[in-house]
Amino acid sequence: MSRRALLVTVEIATPLAVLAIIWIWTAGAESYYFPPLADVLSAFGDTWVFERFTSDVVPSVSRLAAGYALAVVLGMSLGVVLGQQRTLRRMATPVIEFLRAIPPPALVPFAILVFGVENDAKIFLIAIGCVFPILLNTIDGVAGVEPTLLDTTRVYRIGRLDRLRYVVLPAAAPQIFAGMRTSLSLSLILMVISEMVASTNGIGYFILQSQRSFAITEMWSGILLLGLLGYLFNAIFTLVERRILAWHRGARAGAG
Amino acid sequence: MLTVSHISKTYGTGEQATQAIADVSFEVGREEFVCIVGPSGCGKTTLLRIMSGLLSASGGSVELEGGAVAAPPERMALVFQDYSRSLFPWMTVAANVDFPLRRKAIAKGDRRQAVEEALASVGLEGFGARYPWQLSGGMQQRVAIARGLAYRPEILLMDEPFASVDAQTRADLEDLVLRLRHDYGVTIVFVTHDIDESVYLADRVVILSSRPTIVQETLDVPLPRPRDQVTTKELAEFAQLRAHVYRAIKRPDRDQLDQVPATR
Repeated sequence: MSRRALLVTVEIATPLAVLAIIWIWTAGAESYYFPPLADVLSAFGDTWVFERFTSDVVPSVSRLAAGYALAVVLGMSLGVVLGQQRTLRRMATPVIEFLRAIPPPALVPFAILVFGVENDAKIFLIAIGCVFPILLNTIDGVAGVEPTLLDTTRVYRIGRLDRLRYVVLPAAAPQIFAGMRTSLSLSLILMVISEMVASTNGIGYFILQSQRSFAITEMWSGILLLGLLGYLFNAIFTLVERRILAWHRGARAGAG
Repeated sequence: MLTVSHISKTYGTGEQATQAIADVSFEVGREEFVCIVGPSGCGKTTLLRIMSGLLSASGGSVELEGGAVAAPPERMALVFQDYSRSLFPWMTVAANVDFPLRRKAIAKGDRRQAVEEALASVGLEGFGARYPWQLSGGMQQRVAIARGLAYRPEILLMDEPFASVDAQTRADLEDLVLRLRHDYGVTIVFVTHDIDESVYLADRVVILSSRPTIVQETLDVPLPRPRDQVTTKELAEFAQLRAHVYRAIKRPDRDQLDQVPATR
């Protein structure tokens, strides 16, 4: 067996082994807090395929998508401006550092006050929590574009928009993606938190409701779903990133 | 074609001000090949950046065909020393060459042809779909040269373009530049710290002093063309010119050494 095949086997076998251990351990334990994995899986099937899919999963994921998209658009556009304007950047940095230091969950009461208990408050919370990693990374990436590349665009009289689209953004892309990756895991956390306060649906709401009605098995099935969603989102993100940043990996391998 | 008159450049202000360039004047004629040579750190690159309009001078002026150069002119292209930093790594070789042409009013088909021609002229036909980082250093600099040529400049500035390639590649690229100058009829200003290179390439060598920079001497190079790496460099005249430039560059250094107190 080649080394690569061995690694892939280990990669697949380890999670399965962990599952098997939990299965065996919980099966006979009769613990109230840790119901048998078999029960959790069957509850998972009953609950999420597809009983509560439209009522809870779809609202959760669409809030997450809306909040994340808002954070990407806001973080990148503001980051591009601040990355290119040194004076503005210096003015804005203390403000950004202060706002970033506020834990987003502290804004839940405020968000409910302003946006009510519907989707808007939740989207706001996800966006505000996700915007900072993207914003700061975009600023760094844009401010750090290789000066010779910018000189090259000046020599060849490249217009402002072309420079932004074809030079500045691609050059900053590796850093922007790093920020987006951090924000992606934040978005899931904030989605759950926002749904645990003043909510009527969503995966976070379901987990809390299950716990309150002593449906511990269902609660675990919700937690399991969140883990799977996080894993799935990350996998999709990695796929997109690999495609867009293929040049970057190649260039780094070429230089190294 | 290009007139550099009384250029000076001072960095900083007050007590911390350092004068990089004191007073530099020279002219470049149409289709002339002028090399600018000087000791390390003499402000060659600074001078070239001023000539290209990337950097503003503290005093004096640069004129291209009678018009003052305040920003990079359309008739000018510049090949940077560090090809790995001046080529766009996210664009293919062809896209790198094509990119500056976007602004020019050229039909798409003509643009593709211009790119292919430029790549062929530097010996890179068939490499258009590759990425710069998949090529060797010498080939990357060829891409940068092709990009400059496809832009169809009347004057091409080159900033120590062959400083980071090996000796054999360097000789090849020198001959390439001479051939392209002939084919495209482009005026070239070529900055180098390599004395042999300056004499081998140029019609005229502008010798700069160390900082604060002035023009030490302007030297005509009446060597016959076409030049050849072996036969041109065998000529007694080549050796004399080379020695002349060498002395001119070394002289001010010795003068300065004499002025340094013995305790240092």
